[in-house]
Amino acid sequence: MREHFSDLNFETLPGALPALRVAVTAARLVELCRHVRAAGGRLVTLWGEDLRREDSGFRLCVVLEDADDLIAAELPLDAANPTYPDLSEIFPSASRMQRATFDLLGLRTLGGDQRPWLRHGAWPAEVFPLRHDAPALPPSVAHDYPFVRVEGEGVHEVPVGPVHAGTIEPGHFRFSVVGEKVLRLEERFGYTHKGIEKRAEGLDIAAGARLVARVCGDSAAAYAWACAMAIEAVTHTTPPPRALVLRGVLLERERLANHLGDLGGIANDAGFAFGQLQFSRLKEDLLRANEKVWGRRYPMDAIVPGGVCGDIDAEAARILIANMDAIAAEIRALREIYDNHAGLQDRFMSAGTVTPELSARLGMVGLAARGSGGTHDWRNAHALAPYAPMAHAAVSHQSGDVAARVAVRFDEALVSIDLCRQWLAQLPAGAICVPLGAPHAGTLGLGGVEGWRGPVLVAVRLDTGGRIARCHPHDPSWHNWPVLEHAIMDNIVPDFPLINKSFNLAYSGCDL
Amino acid sequence: MWRLLQQIKKVGLVSEPKPAPDATMLQRQLQEQVRRVFGRALAIRQVDAGSCNGCELEIHALHNPYYNLEGAGIHFVASPRHADALLVTGPVSRHMAEALRRTYDATPEPKLVIAAGDCAACGGVFGENTCATIGAVANVVPVDVVVRGCPPTPTALLQGILAAISKRASA
Ligand code: SF4
Repeated sequence: MREHFSDLNFETLPGALPALRVAVTAARLVELCRHVRAAGGRLVTLWGEDLRREDSGFRLCVVLEDADDLIAAELPLDAANPTYPDLSEIFPSASRMQRATFDLLGLRTLGGDQRPWLRHGAWPAEVFPLRHDAPALPPSVAHDYPFVRVEGEGVHEVPVGPVHAGTIEPGHFRFSVVGEKVLRLEERFGYTHKGIEKRAEGLDIAAGARLVARVCGDSAAAYAWACAMAIEAVTHTTPPPRALVLRGVLLERERLANHLGDLGGIANDAGFAFGQLQFSRLKEDLLRANEKVWGRRYPMDAIVPGGVCGDIDAEAARILIANMDAIAAEIRALREIYDNHAGLQDRFMSAGTVTPELSARLGMVGLAARGSGGTHDWRNAHALAPYAPMAHAAVSHQSGDVAARVAVRFDEALVSIDLCRQWLAQLPAGAICVPLGAPHAGTLGLGGVEGWRGPVLVAVRLDTGGRIARCHPHDPSWHNWPVLEHAIMDNIVPDFPLINKSFNLAYSGCDL
Repeated sequence: MWRLLQQIKKVGLVSEPKPAPDATMLQRQLQEQVRRVFGRALAIRQVDAGSCNGCELEIHALHNPYYNLEGAGIHFVASPRHADALLVTGPVSRHMAEALRRTYDATPEPKLVIAAGDCAACGGVFGENTCATIGAVANVVPVDVVVRGCPPTPTALLQGILAAISKRASA
């Protein structure tokens, strides 16, 4: 990296994540992206910042990931005409992030899809809520979204949502179909946009952490940990070893809870209610054990900057281990039932296939990518404590269909249990939380963990008073939602709920 | 098939009564009230009006065999036109306000609205009257019962549903 870009000054960012910061020109940014892409690296996230109060115009931040590091490239943009090159040609998943960055801050790409993404009608096109001089309550406006039309004989459109038939998050799907076969799917989200990034500005650290933990409820531990890590980076705080192990337990139990829920839900969408009943029972057992140990079924605020709150004693550790041992035995039994159920396998196999080539080309991440031949997992890649390098074998399946995404969940659920058992058996002694150090105002703090869907990243800058100046939480679903549009092609409409559930991507996590 | 039957036999019946007397009582009370007030069953339409999805996790839990909501004569329906009650979560985002209003209007009278979760109660951590959220559900449609919690536990949700039914019964 450095030898190819010897004109650039790569600085090491503080904190647990191995990350570099580099100031770039537009041309060098494009070259950097191409270089990372060619080397098999990926785009993690991008966002914008308003620095006009410091007379510095705007700033675009792009986080890339190569084999060794995260690289945060910062591109200064003109206050009057903030434009930058379209990166979606290099990284297809950049497109919606760029559209969101325009909606919120008015930073425009030169080329690429220019339609709004997060803005529906809550504010007018000329208002950019994340600008410091934006009106607090802009007027709502009428809104009409230009969907892409598919022409052809016998093609008709089936619009679905935003309010769906079941208890799921709101979003709109527009299918272009011939007969029962899906030619094209176009997603339209942003319904649950809550202005989280705007809300974060000016909050103190504790309130900011509580907010970030609620970006996506099913991934609260992942967000809380990533946020804590980012804040610890810019306050030069090292959380104690015992806290890191307890964070690991919380995150792996969150993964386990979601995998249990999905293993039941996916089977249910394939008409196998037995699976739903069994797995929802196991998930309930897990939540009840949480309640015994942490006093909450969903300990959303257990991970805090500086450590964790709520220690566990030997009895609590015993409860957790017994709970997970029981679940592991049942998972093994149920897996055999799933594997031997011809009707279920018939629905799972070759439904919603994403080939390894397509997955790599579109930049899929996390659980879904590991169902399409990928092995990338931040738990191994960065091996931040308490994860040890290669402490668990990379879970990976090749077939890229619903069956593969189910198999990944089965394997990973058992890995999570193994990790927790190891950690709980030798819990380091000592404090569970330390006070934060003095804030380094303006420095970029990055925190990231492998959440159950994939890598969750939180970027934070503090102001001189130690409050949140800017916070950008990033969900792995940004990368995988566009892939779902491909996965459904040539499948039949009635298989969509099953295929969609096998991805189970976040709405709130991306709507922000 | 044999393994499947074995598994069913091994697990047996887990629906509460056994360990949680609270939930059992609730269960029975609910069943009686539903039968008394609605004749047969209570139909609920869930609307996520901007939640973080945490509340939905606990609403899903109501369907697990422990709480066995269906057993109490309560089921979730796909259309507001078939619903007696709306169960609304989230701070209402500006982008969902219209959909929520329409869902409310499409629900036949007399209807009940349960606002579930701290966000639905008061906007929660996301606040009220911001550029992106309106906040409490009551700011958008009339609310009968508020269930607190972030997320509310299944037991709290059951109590909320019971309170809504009782409200209807005494109306
Ligand atoms: S109350 Fe809590 S769990 Fe429910 S939507 Fe709000 S933040 Fe999420």
